[in-house]
Amino acid sequence: MKDFMLIFTNNPNMPTATPEQMQANMQLWFAWTEKLKAKNLYVSGEALMPGGKMVQGKKAVVTDGPFAESKEIVGGYFIVKANSLEDAAELAKDCPDLPQDGKVVVREVVKF
Amino acid sequence: MEVPKEGTAVQIVDHLFRHQSGKMISVLTRLFGIHNLTMVEDVVQEAFLKAMQVWPLNQLPDNPAGWLMQTARNKAIDIIRRQQNFQQYSKELSHQLQLETEATVQHFFLDSEIKDSQLRLIFACCHPSLKEEDQIAFTLKTVSGFGSSEIAKALVTNESTIQKRLYRARQFIIEHRIQLEIPSGNALSERLEIVYTILYLLFNEGYNSSKADELIRKDLCAEAMRLCNLLSEHKSGKQPATYALLSLMCFHASRFDSRVDENNTIILLQHQDRSKWNRDLIDRGYYYLSLSSEGDALSVYHIESAIAAEHCMSVSFDATNWQRILGLYDLLLIQKATATVVLNRAIALAHLNRVNEAILQIKSIKNIDFLIESQYIYNAVLGDLFLKQKKNDQAEKYLLNACRLTNSQPEKNLIVEKLEFLKRSN
Repeated sequence: MKDFMLIFTNNPNMPTATPEQMQANMQLWFAWTEKLKAKNLYVSGEALMPGGKMVQGKKAVVTDGPFAESKEIVGGYFIVKANSLEDAAELAKDCPDLPQDGKVVVREVVKF
Repeated sequence: MEVPKEGTAVQIVDHLFRHQSGKMISVLTRLFGIHNLTMVEDVVQEAFLKAMQVWPLNQLPDNPAGWLMQTARNKAIDIIRRQQNFQQYSKELSHQLQLETEATVQHFFLDSEIKDSQLRLIFACCHPSLKEEDQIAFTLKTVSGFGSSEIAKALVTNESTIQKRLYRARQFIIEHRIQLEIPSGNALSERLEIVYTILYLLFNEGYNSSKADELIRKDLCAEAMRLCNLLSEHKSGKQPATYALLSLMCFHASRFDSRVDENNTIILLQHQDRSKWNRDLIDRGYYYLSLSSEGDALSVYHIESAIAAEHCMSVSFDATNWQRILGLYDLLLIQKATATVVLNRAIALAHLNRVNEAILQIKSIKNIDFLIESQYIYNAVLGDLFLKQKKNDQAEKYLLNACRLTNSQPEKNLIVEKLEFLKRSN
Protein backbone atom coordinates (compact mmCIF):
# COMPACT_ATOMS: atom_id res chain seq x y z
CA MET A 1 0.00 0.00 0.00
CA LYS A 2 1.08 3.53 -0.74
CA ASP A 3 0.50 6.77 1.08
CA PHE A 4 -1.84 9.37 -0.32
CA MET A 5 -2.59 12.86 0.80
CA LEU A 6 -6.21 13.99 0.89
CA ILE A 7 -6.16 17.78 0.83
CA PHE A 8 -9.37 19.39 2.07
CA THR A 9 -10.54 22.68 0.70
CA ASN A 10 -12.87 24.58 2.94
CA ASN A 11 -16.50 24.64 2.34
CA PRO A 12 -17.68 28.13 1.51
CA ASN A 13 -21.28 27.47 2.61
CA MET A 14 -20.55 26.60 6.19
CA PRO A 15 -20.36 30.17 7.52
CA THR A 16 -24.17 30.29 7.40
CA ALA A 17 -24.66 26.91 9.04
CA THR A 18 -26.45 26.71 12.38
CA PRO A 19 -24.60 25.45 15.46
CA GLU A 20 -26.58 22.20 15.30
CA GLN A 21 -25.65 21.67 11.64
CA MET A 22 -22.00 22.35 12.36
CA GLN A 23 -22.00 19.87 15.20
CA ALA A 24 -23.66 17.29 12.96
CA ASN A 25 -21.01 17.88 10.28
CA MET A 26 -18.25 17.53 12.84
CA GLN A 27 -19.75 14.29 14.09
CA LEU A 28 -19.63 12.94 10.53
CA TRP A 29 -15.94 13.79 10.35
CA PHE A 30 -15.24 11.87 13.54
CA ALA A 31 -17.19 8.91 12.24
CA TRP A 32 -15.26 9.00 8.99
CA THR A 33 -11.83 9.10 10.65
CA GLU A 34 -12.92 6.31 12.94
CA LYS A 35 -13.94 4.21 9.95
CA LEU A 36 -10.57 4.80 8.27
CA LYS A 37 -8.73 4.02 11.49
CA ALA A 38 -10.71 0.83 11.98
CA LYS A 39 -9.59 -0.32 8.51
CA ASN A 40 -6.01 0.66 9.30
CA LEU A 41 -5.99 3.15 6.46
CA TYR A 42 -5.54 6.33 8.44
CA VAL A 43 -1.95 7.47 8.91
CA SER A 44 -2.15 11.04 10.12
CA GLY A 45 -3.88 14.34 9.67
CA GLU A 46 -3.37 17.98 10.45
CA ALA A 47 -5.60 21.02 10.41
CA LEU A 48 -4.56 24.46 9.30
CA MET A 49 -5.62 27.65 11.00
CA PRO A 50 -7.71 29.90 8.81
CA GLY A 51 -5.74 32.88 7.59
CA GLY A 52 -1.98 33.01 7.16
CA LYS A 53 0.78 34.73 5.26
CA MET A 54 1.81 34.59 1.66
CA VAL A 55 5.44 35.07 0.66
CA GLN A 56 6.16 35.55 -3.02
CA GLY A 57 8.33 37.07 -5.70
CA LYS A 58 11.99 37.84 -5.97
CA LYS A 59 11.65 40.38 -3.20
CA ALA A 60 9.92 37.87 -1.00
CA VAL A 61 6.97 40.15 -0.41
CA VAL A 62 4.94 39.01 2.57
CA THR A 63 1.18 39.56 2.42
CA ASP A 64 -1.61 38.60 4.78
CA GLY A 65 -4.08 35.85 4.23
CA PRO A 66 -6.90 35.01 3.84
CA PHE A 67 -6.01 34.85 0.21
CA ALA A 68 -8.20 37.28 -1.62
CA GLU A 69 -7.75 35.67 -5.02
CA SER A 70 -9.58 32.58 -3.94
CA LYS A 71 -12.43 31.99 -1.59
CA GLU A 72 -11.27 28.43 -1.13
CA ILE A 73 -8.62 27.82 1.44
CA VAL A 74 -6.94 24.56 2.25
CA GLY A 75 -8.20 23.59 5.67
CA GLY A 76 -6.08 20.53 6.34
CA TYR A 77 -5.06 17.13 5.14
CA PHE A 78 -5.12 13.43 5.87
CA ILE A 79 -2.49 10.90 4.96
CA VAL A 80 -4.23 7.62 4.15
CA LYS A 81 -3.16 4.24 2.84
CA ALA A 82 -4.49 2.89 -0.44
CA ASN A 83 -3.42 0.59 -3.25
CA SER A 84 -3.87 3.12 -6.02
CA LEU A 85 -4.84 6.68 -6.75
CA GLU A 86 -8.27 5.36 -7.76
CA ASP A 87 -8.70 3.59 -4.43
CA ALA A 88 -7.61 6.71 -2.56
CA ALA A 89 -10.14 8.79 -4.50
CA GLU A 90 -12.74 6.20 -3.57
CA LEU A 91 -11.91 6.81 0.10
CA ALA A 92 -12.23 10.55 -0.39
CA LYS A 93 -15.83 10.12 -1.53
CA ASP A 94 -16.81 9.73 2.13
CA CYS A 95 -15.60 13.22 3.00
CA PRO A 96 -18.50 14.80 4.95
CA ASP A 97 -18.00 18.22 3.38
CA LEU A 98 -18.76 17.08 -0.17
CA PRO A 99 -22.52 17.65 0.10
CA GLN A 100 -21.76 21.26 1.07
CA ASP A 101 -19.51 21.90 -1.93
CA GLY A 102 -16.31 20.95 -0.15
CA LYS A 103 -13.46 19.61 -2.24
CA VAL A 104 -10.81 16.97 -1.77
CA VAL A 105 -7.62 16.84 -3.81
CA VAL A 106 -6.04 13.39 -3.82
CA ARG A 107 -2.27 13.13 -4.37
CA GLU A 108 0.19 10.33 -3.97
CA VAL A 109 3.02 10.89 -1.50
CA VAL A 110 6.39 10.12 -3.10
CA LYS A 111 8.48 7.65 -1.14
CA PHE A 112 12.22 7.85 -1.78
CA MET B 1 -0.25 4.69 16.32
CA GLU B 2 -3.10 3.68 18.55
CA VAL B 3 -6.05 2.42 16.60
CA PRO B 4 -9.37 2.83 18.36
CA LYS B 5 -11.74 -0.09 18.24
CA GLU B 6 -14.83 -0.04 16.09
CA GLY B 7 -17.67 1.92 17.58
CA THR B 8 -15.48 4.18 19.65
CA ALA B 9 -15.82 7.21 17.41
CA VAL B 10 -15.56 10.46 19.28
CA GLN B 11 -18.98 11.65 20.32
CA ILE B 12 -19.72 15.26 21.03
CA VAL B 13 -22.38 15.79 23.68
CA ASP B 14 -25.81 16.33 22.10
CA HIS B 15 -26.58 19.97 21.30
CA LEU B 16 -23.23 21.11 22.68
CA PHE B 17 -22.80 23.70 19.95
CA ARG B 18 -26.31 25.01 20.36
CA HIS B 19 -25.96 25.38 24.10
CA GLN B 20 -22.48 26.84 23.83
CA SER B 21 -23.74 29.31 21.26
CA GLY B 22 -26.29 30.62 23.73
CA LYS B 23 -23.70 30.84 26.48
CA MET B 24 -21.12 32.61 24.35
CA ILE B 25 -23.67 35.07 22.99
CA SER B 26 -24.87 35.81 26.52
CA VAL B 27 -21.41 36.53 27.84
CA LEU B 28 -20.28 38.50 24.83
CA THR B 29 -23.41 40.64 24.61
CA ARG B 30 -22.97 41.45 28.28
CA LEU B 31 -19.38 42.48 27.55
CA PHE B 32 -20.01 44.43 24.38
CA GLY B 33 -23.63 45.47 24.85
CA ILE B 34 -26.59 43.95 23.05
CA HIS B 35 -26.44 46.72 20.42
CA ASN B 36 -23.30 44.92 19.21
CA LEU B 37 -25.23 41.68 18.74
CA THR B 38 -24.18 41.29 15.11
CA MET B 39 -20.51 41.57 15.98
CA VAL B 40 -21.03 39.15 18.85
CA GLU B 41 -22.70 36.63 16.56
CA ASP B 42 -19.76 36.88 14.19
CA VAL B 43 -17.33 36.16 17.01
CA VAL B 44 -19.34 33.11 18.03
CA GLN B 45 -19.61 31.87 14.46
CA GLU B 46 -15.88 32.33 14.07
CA ALA B 47 -15.23 30.19 17.14
CA PHE B 48 -17.37 27.42 15.68
CA LEU B 49 -15.71 27.65 12.28
CA LYS B 50 -12.33 27.40 13.94
CA ALA B 51 -13.50 24.30 15.80
CA MET B 52 -14.81 22.86 12.54
CA GLN B 53 -11.48 23.47 10.94
CA VAL B 54 -9.31 22.10 13.71
CA TRP B 55 -11.15 19.33 15.57
CA PRO B 56 -12.01 16.85 12.82
CA LEU B 57 -8.50 16.78 11.40
CA ASN B 58 -6.82 16.71 14.72
CA GLN B 59 -8.74 15.53 17.73
CA LEU B 60 -11.50 16.61 20.00
CA PRO B 61 -10.15 18.76 22.84
CA ASP B 62 -10.59 17.33 26.35
CA ASN B 63 -13.09 20.00 27.16
CA PRO B 64 -14.82 21.05 23.92
CA ALA B 65 -17.16 23.48 25.66
CA GLY B 66 -14.25 25.13 27.42
CA TRP B 67 -12.26 25.29 24.19
CA LEU B 68 -15.06 27.17 22.46
CA MET B 69 -15.50 29.54 25.39
CA GLN B 70 -11.76 30.18 25.53
CA THR B 71 -11.68 30.93 21.81
CA ALA B 72 -14.52 33.39 22.22
CA ARG B 73 -12.79 34.96 25.22
CA ASN B 74 -9.51 35.41 23.39
CA LYS B 75 -11.33 37.01 20.51
CA ALA B 76 -13.10 39.37 22.91
CA ILE B 77 -9.81 40.43 24.47
CA ASP B 78 -8.41 40.93 20.98
CA ILE B 79 -11.25 43.22 20.01
CA ILE B 80 -10.98 45.29 23.16
CA ARG B 81 -7.21 45.52 22.84
CA ARG B 82 -7.49 46.73 19.28
CA GLN B 83 -10.06 49.39 20.14
CA GLN B 84 -8.35 50.56 23.29
CA ASN B 85 -5.14 51.25 21.46
CA PHE B 86 -3.03 50.85 24.59
CA GLN B 87 0.14 51.59 22.65
CA GLN B 88 -0.40 55.31 22.85
CA TYR B 89 0.42 55.31 26.55
CA SER B 90 3.66 54.57 28.34
CA LYS B 91 4.78 50.98 28.20
CA GLU B 92 4.17 50.55 31.90
CA LEU B 93 0.63 51.91 31.86
CA SER B 94 -0.37 50.07 28.72
CA HIS B 95 0.90 46.83 30.21
CA GLN B 96 -1.06 47.49 33.40
CA LEU B 97 -4.22 48.42 31.50
CA GLN B 98 -3.95 45.34 29.41
CA LEU B 99 -3.67 43.08 32.44
CA GLU B 100 -6.64 44.75 34.05
CA THR B 101 -8.70 44.42 30.91
CA GLU B 102 -7.93 40.74 30.71
CA ALA B 103 -8.80 40.21 34.37
CA THR B 104 -12.09 42.06 33.94
CA VAL B 105 -13.00 40.12 30.83
CA GLN B 106 -11.99 36.88 32.53
CA HIS B 107 -14.44 37.60 35.32
CA PHE B 108 -17.35 37.50 32.89
CA PHE B 109 -16.36 34.00 31.87
CA LEU B 110 -16.77 32.50 35.34
CA ASP B 111 -19.48 29.84 35.43
CA SER B 112 -21.67 31.81 37.82
CA GLU B 113 -21.34 34.92 35.66
CA ILE B 114 -22.20 32.97 32.51
CA LYS B 115 -25.46 31.86 34.12
CA ASP B 116 -26.15 35.41 35.14
CA SER B 117 -25.53 36.62 31.59
CA GLN B 118 -27.83 33.97 30.16
CA LEU B 119 -30.60 35.13 32.45
CA ARG B 120 -30.05 38.76 31.49
CA LEU B 121 -30.32 37.79 27.85
CA ILE B 122 -33.53 35.84 28.44
CA PHE B 123 -34.99 38.90 30.17
CA ALA B 124 -33.96 41.11 27.26
CA CYS B 125 -35.54 38.70 24.75
CA CYS B 126 -38.73 38.82 26.79
CA HIS B 127 -38.90 42.61 26.82
CA PRO B 128 -42.55 43.62 27.33
CA SER B 129 -42.57 45.87 24.25
CA LEU B 130 -41.83 42.96 21.93
CA LYS B 131 -44.59 40.92 20.39
CA GLU B 132 -44.96 37.43 21.76
CA GLU B 133 -44.02 35.77 18.47
CA ASP B 134 -40.91 37.95 18.26
CA GLN B 135 -39.97 37.12 21.84
CA ILE B 136 -40.19 33.42 21.06
CA ALA B 137 -38.14 33.57 17.87
CA PHE B 138 -35.54 35.88 19.38
CA THR B 139 -35.13 33.71 22.48
CA LEU B 140 -34.68 30.60 20.37
CA LYS B 141 -32.11 32.34 18.21
CA THR B 142 -29.94 34.10 20.76
CA VAL B 143 -30.39 32.18 24.00
CA SER B 144 -30.91 28.72 22.56
CA GLY B 145 -28.65 28.82 19.50
CA PHE B 146 -31.31 27.68 17.03
CA GLY B 147 -30.87 28.78 13.42
CA SER B 148 -33.76 30.50 11.66
CA SER B 149 -34.36 27.39 9.56
CA GLU B 150 -34.66 25.31 12.73
CA ILE B 151 -36.97 27.82 14.40
CA ALA B 152 -39.20 27.79 11.33
CA LYS B 153 -39.31 24.01 11.41
CA ALA B 154 -40.07 23.90 15.12
CA LEU B 155 -42.82 26.50 14.90
CA VAL B 156 -44.17 25.07 11.65
CA THR B 157 -43.82 28.23 9.65
CA ASN B 158 -41.48 29.41 6.92
CA GLU B 159 -38.01 30.77 7.30
CA SER B 160 -38.71 34.24 5.93
CA THR B 161 -41.43 34.76 8.54
CA ILE B 162 -38.93 33.88 11.25
CA GLN B 163 -36.29 36.15 9.76
CA LYS B 164 -38.77 39.02 9.81
CA ARG B 165 -39.53 38.39 13.47
CA LEU B 166 -35.85 38.22 14.33
CA TYR B 167 -35.16 41.42 12.43
CA ARG B 168 -37.98 43.21 14.20
CA ALA B 169 -36.81 42.14 17.64
CA ARG B 170 -33.21 43.03 16.89
CA GLN B 171 -34.11 46.48 15.54
CA PHE B 172 -36.24 47.22 18.56
CA ILE B 173 -33.52 46.24 20.99
CA ILE B 174 -30.87 48.27 19.21
CA GLU B 175 -33.04 51.35 18.68
CA HIS B 176 -34.27 51.42 22.25
CA ARG B 177 -30.87 50.64 23.69
CA ILE B 178 -32.28 47.82 25.76
CA GLN B 179 -29.89 46.98 28.57
CA LEU B 180 -28.98 43.52 29.68
CA GLU B 181 -30.13 43.74 33.22
CA ILE B 182 -32.05 41.79 35.78
CA PRO B 183 -35.04 43.86 36.87
CA SER B 184 -35.84 44.10 40.55
CA GLY B 185 -38.98 44.35 42.66
CA ASN B 186 -42.23 44.57 40.77
CA ALA B 187 -40.49 44.82 37.43
CA LEU B 188 -38.87 41.45 38.13
CA SER B 189 -42.20 39.73 38.79
CA GLU B 190 -43.68 41.29 35.68
CA ARG B 191 -40.77 40.24 33.53
CA LEU B 192 -40.78 36.74 35.00
CA GLU B 193 -44.44 36.42 34.02
CA ILE B 194 -43.47 37.01 30.40
CA VAL B 195 -40.56 34.59 30.64
CA TYR B 196 -42.93 31.92 32.01
CA THR B 197 -45.36 32.52 29.19
CA ILE B 198 -42.62 32.20 26.59
CA LEU B 199 -41.20 29.02 28.13
CA TYR B 200 -44.69 27.57 28.51
CA LEU B 201 -45.45 28.32 24.85
CA LEU B 202 -42.13 26.86 23.73
CA PHE B 203 -42.81 23.69 25.64
CA ASN B 204 -46.38 23.39 24.42
CA GLU B 205 -45.36 24.01 20.84
CA GLY B 206 -43.02 21.05 21.13
CA TYR B 207 -45.40 18.92 23.14
CA ASN B 208 -48.59 19.47 21.20
CA SER B 209 -47.68 20.38 17.68
CA SER B 210 -48.20 17.12 15.87
CA LYS B 211 -47.36 18.90 12.65
CA ALA B 212 -43.66 19.30 13.28
CA ASP B 213 -41.39 16.30 13.10
CA GLU B 214 -40.67 14.31 16.21
CA LEU B 215 -37.03 15.27 16.59
CA ILE B 216 -37.42 19.03 16.54
CA ARG B 217 -40.45 18.81 18.84
CA LYS B 218 -38.40 16.97 21.43
CA ASP B 219 -35.64 19.55 21.04
CA LEU B 220 -38.11 22.31 21.72
CA CYS B 221 -39.44 20.66 24.88
CA ALA B 222 -35.95 19.92 26.11
CA GLU B 223 -34.89 23.50 25.43
CA ALA B 224 -37.85 24.95 27.33
CA MET B 225 -36.98 22.70 30.26
CA ARG B 226 -33.32 23.64 30.11
CA LEU B 227 -34.11 27.34 30.23
CA CYS B 228 -36.64 26.87 33.02
CA ASN B 229 -34.05 24.91 34.95
CA LEU B 230 -31.54 27.69 34.39
CA LEU B 231 -34.08 30.16 35.72
CA SER B 232 -34.66 28.01 38.80
CA GLU B 233 -30.95 27.96 39.59
CA HIS B 234 -30.59 31.72 39.65
CA LYS B 235 -31.28 33.79 42.75
CA SER B 236 -33.63 36.08 40.83
CA GLY B 237 -35.44 33.29 39.04
CA LYS B 238 -35.77 30.97 42.00
CA GLN B 239 -39.49 31.63 42.53
CA PRO B 240 -42.31 29.25 43.49
CA ALA B 241 -43.94 29.74 40.07
CA THR B 242 -40.65 28.84 38.35
CA TYR B 243 -40.59 25.53 40.18
CA ALA B 244 -44.27 24.98 39.41
CA LEU B 245 -43.65 25.51 35.69
CA LEU B 246 -40.63 23.23 35.76
CA SER B 247 -42.57 20.49 37.52
CA LEU B 248 -45.40 20.85 35.00
CA MET B 249 -42.92 20.34 32.18
CA CYS B 250 -41.41 17.29 33.89
CA PHE B 251 -44.82 15.63 34.35
CA HIS B 252 -45.78 16.21 30.73
CA ALA B 253 -42.40 15.22 29.36
CA SER B 254 -42.58 11.93 31.27
CA ARG B 255 -45.34 10.85 28.87
CA PHE B 256 -43.67 12.08 25.70
CA ASP B 257 -42.71 8.68 24.34
CA SER B 258 -45.88 6.83 25.20
CA ARG B 259 -48.24 9.07 23.26
CA VAL B 260 -47.75 7.70 19.76
CA ASP B 261 -47.47 4.06 18.73
CA GLU B 262 -45.27 2.50 16.06
CA ASN B 263 -47.99 3.08 13.43
CA ASN B 264 -47.96 6.78 14.21
CA THR B 265 -51.37 6.66 15.85
CA ILE B 266 -52.02 8.72 18.95
CA ILE B 267 -52.41 6.63 22.06
CA LEU B 268 -54.98 8.25 24.29
CA LEU B 269 -54.27 8.68 27.96
CA GLN B 270 -56.59 5.78 28.84
CA HIS B 271 -54.66 3.38 26.64
CA GLN B 272 -51.13 4.47 27.42
CA ASP B 273 -48.82 1.96 29.01
CA ARG B 274 -48.13 3.72 32.27
CA SER B 275 -45.06 1.63 32.91
CA LYS B 276 -43.50 3.43 29.95
CA TRP B 277 -43.86 6.80 31.58
CA ASN B 278 -40.48 8.15 32.55
CA ARG B 279 -40.24 7.59 36.33
CA ASP B 280 -37.22 9.80 36.68
CA LEU B 281 -39.04 12.78 35.18
CA ILE B 282 -42.11 12.12 37.30
CA ASP B 283 -39.95 12.10 40.42
CA ARG B 284 -38.36 15.35 39.34
CA GLY B 285 -41.85 16.71 38.78
CA TYR B 286 -42.83 15.91 42.37
CA TYR B 287 -39.59 17.34 43.64
CA TYR B 288 -40.08 20.70 41.92
CA LEU B 289 -43.76 20.73 42.82
CA SER B 290 -42.79 20.44 46.48
CA LEU B 291 -40.31 23.30 46.06
CA SER B 292 -43.08 25.38 44.48
CA SER B 293 -45.35 25.24 47.49
CA GLU B 294 -43.64 28.14 49.22
CA GLY B 295 -45.30 31.54 49.47
CA ASP B 296 -48.97 32.33 49.16
CA ALA B 297 -49.37 32.96 45.45
CA LEU B 298 -51.09 30.21 43.49
CA SER B 299 -50.02 30.54 39.86
CA VAL B 300 -51.69 28.88 36.90
CA TYR B 301 -48.56 26.73 36.68
CA HIS B 302 -49.17 25.44 40.20
CA ILE B 303 -52.68 24.37 39.25
CA GLU B 304 -51.73 22.87 35.89
CA SER B 305 -48.87 21.00 37.49
CA ALA B 306 -51.20 19.65 40.17
CA ILE B 307 -53.51 18.38 37.42
CA ALA B 308 -50.61 16.72 35.62
CA ALA B 309 -49.48 15.24 38.93
CA GLU B 310 -52.93 13.69 39.45
CA HIS B 311 -52.53 11.76 36.21
CA CYS B 312 -48.99 10.68 37.05
CA MET B 313 -50.07 9.61 40.51
CA SER B 314 -52.88 7.40 39.35
CA VAL B 315 -51.98 3.71 38.91
CA SER B 316 -54.43 3.30 36.04
CA PHE B 317 -56.76 5.41 33.97
CA ASP B 318 -59.78 4.01 35.79
CA ALA B 319 -58.30 4.97 39.13
CA THR B 320 -57.98 8.62 38.08
CA ASN B 321 -59.44 10.97 40.64
CA TRP B 322 -61.61 13.01 38.26
CA GLN B 323 -63.36 14.74 41.10
CA ARG B 324 -60.12 16.27 42.28
CA ILE B 325 -59.10 17.10 38.72
CA LEU B 326 -62.42 18.86 38.17
CA GLY B 327 -61.83 20.87 41.34
CA LEU B 328 -58.44 21.93 40.02
CA TYR B 329 -59.94 22.95 36.68
CA ASP B 330 -62.50 25.02 38.58
CA LEU B 331 -59.60 26.85 40.22
CA LEU B 332 -57.79 27.22 36.91
CA LEU B 333 -60.87 28.64 35.24
CA ILE B 334 -60.86 31.54 37.71
CA GLN B 335 -57.35 32.57 36.66
CA LYS B 336 -57.36 31.48 33.07
CA ALA B 337 -60.78 31.46 31.46
CA THR B 338 -59.63 30.29 28.06
CA ALA B 339 -61.43 28.02 25.63
CA THR B 340 -58.79 25.31 26.14
CA VAL B 341 -59.35 25.27 29.88
CA VAL B 342 -63.12 25.03 29.42
CA LEU B 343 -62.59 22.19 26.98
CA ASN B 344 -60.33 20.28 29.34
CA ARG B 345 -62.65 20.87 32.25
CA ALA B 346 -65.48 19.48 30.13
CA ILE B 347 -63.47 16.32 29.53
CA ALA B 348 -63.12 15.90 33.28
CA LEU B 349 -66.90 16.40 33.63
CA ALA B 350 -67.51 13.71 31.04
CA HIS B 351 -65.36 11.25 32.96
CA LEU B 352 -67.60 11.90 35.97
CA ASN B 353 -70.54 10.80 33.80
CA ARG B 354 -71.70 14.36 33.34
CA VAL B 355 -71.47 14.13 29.54
CA ASN B 356 -74.48 16.31 28.84
CA GLU B 357 -73.14 19.08 31.02
CA ALA B 358 -69.76 18.72 29.34
CA ILE B 359 -71.28 19.26 25.89
CA LEU B 360 -73.25 22.27 27.11
CA GLN B 361 -70.09 23.77 28.63
CA ILE B 362 -68.20 23.41 25.37
CA LYS B 363 -71.07 24.83 23.36
CA SER B 364 -71.20 27.83 25.67
CA ILE B 365 -67.61 28.85 24.86
CA LYS B 366 -67.51 32.29 23.37
CA ASN B 367 -66.98 32.05 19.58
CA ILE B 368 -67.39 28.27 19.71
CA ASP B 369 -68.82 28.29 16.18
CA PHE B 370 -65.60 29.72 14.88
CA LEU B 371 -63.56 27.20 16.87
CA ILE B 372 -65.62 24.33 15.49
CA GLU B 373 -65.12 25.65 12.00
CA SER B 374 -61.39 26.02 12.35
CA GLN B 375 -59.94 23.75 14.99
CA TYR B 376 -59.50 20.03 15.09
CA ILE B 377 -59.53 19.55 18.83
CA TYR B 378 -63.03 20.93 19.56
CA ASN B 379 -64.50 18.63 16.93
CA ALA B 380 -62.55 15.64 18.14
CA VAL B 381 -63.74 16.12 21.72
CA LEU B 382 -67.37 16.85 20.78
CA GLY B 383 -67.38 13.83 18.46
CA ASP B 384 -66.16 11.74 21.33
CA LEU B 385 -68.74 13.04 23.75
CA PHE B 386 -71.61 12.41 21.35
CA LEU B 387 -70.20 8.96 20.77
CA LYS B 388 -70.48 8.38 24.50
CA GLN B 389 -74.10 9.49 24.38
CA LYS B 390 -74.64 7.12 21.44
CA LYS B 391 -75.79 10.05 19.33
CA ASN B 392 -74.06 8.61 16.30
CA ASP B 393 -75.18 11.17 13.72
CA GLN B 394 -73.85 14.07 15.75
CA ALA B 395 -70.69 12.13 16.57
CA GLU B 396 -70.04 11.40 12.92
CA LYS B 397 -70.53 15.02 11.95
CA TYR B 398 -67.90 16.27 14.40
CA LEU B 399 -65.48 13.44 13.75
CA LEU B 400 -65.60 14.10 10.02
CA ASN B 401 -64.98 17.78 10.75
CA ALA B 402 -62.03 16.86 12.91
CA CYS B 403 -60.58 14.65 10.22
CA ARG B 404 -60.87 17.43 7.68
CA LEU B 405 -59.27 20.02 9.94
CA THR B 406 -56.05 18.24 10.79
CA ASN B 407 -53.01 17.65 8.65
CA SER B 408 -51.41 15.49 11.26
CA GLN B 409 -51.31 11.81 10.38
CA PRO B 410 -51.43 10.61 14.01
CA GLU B 411 -54.56 12.70 14.62
CA LYS B 412 -56.16 11.52 11.38
CA ASN B 413 -55.45 7.90 12.29
CA LEU B 414 -57.12 8.36 15.63
CA ILE B 415 -60.26 9.85 14.11
CA VAL B 416 -60.45 7.22 11.37
CA GLU B 417 -60.35 4.54 14.06
CA LYS B 418 -63.32 6.13 15.79
CA LEU B 419 -65.27 6.54 12.57
CA GLU B 420 -64.77 2.87 11.84
CA PHE B 421 -66.01 2.02 15.31
CA LEU B 422 -69.10 4.12 14.54
CA LYS B 423 -69.74 2.24 11.31
CA ARG B 424 -69.53 -1.10 13.07
CA SER B 425 -71.96 -0.04 15.77
CA ASN B 426 -74.51 1.40 13.33
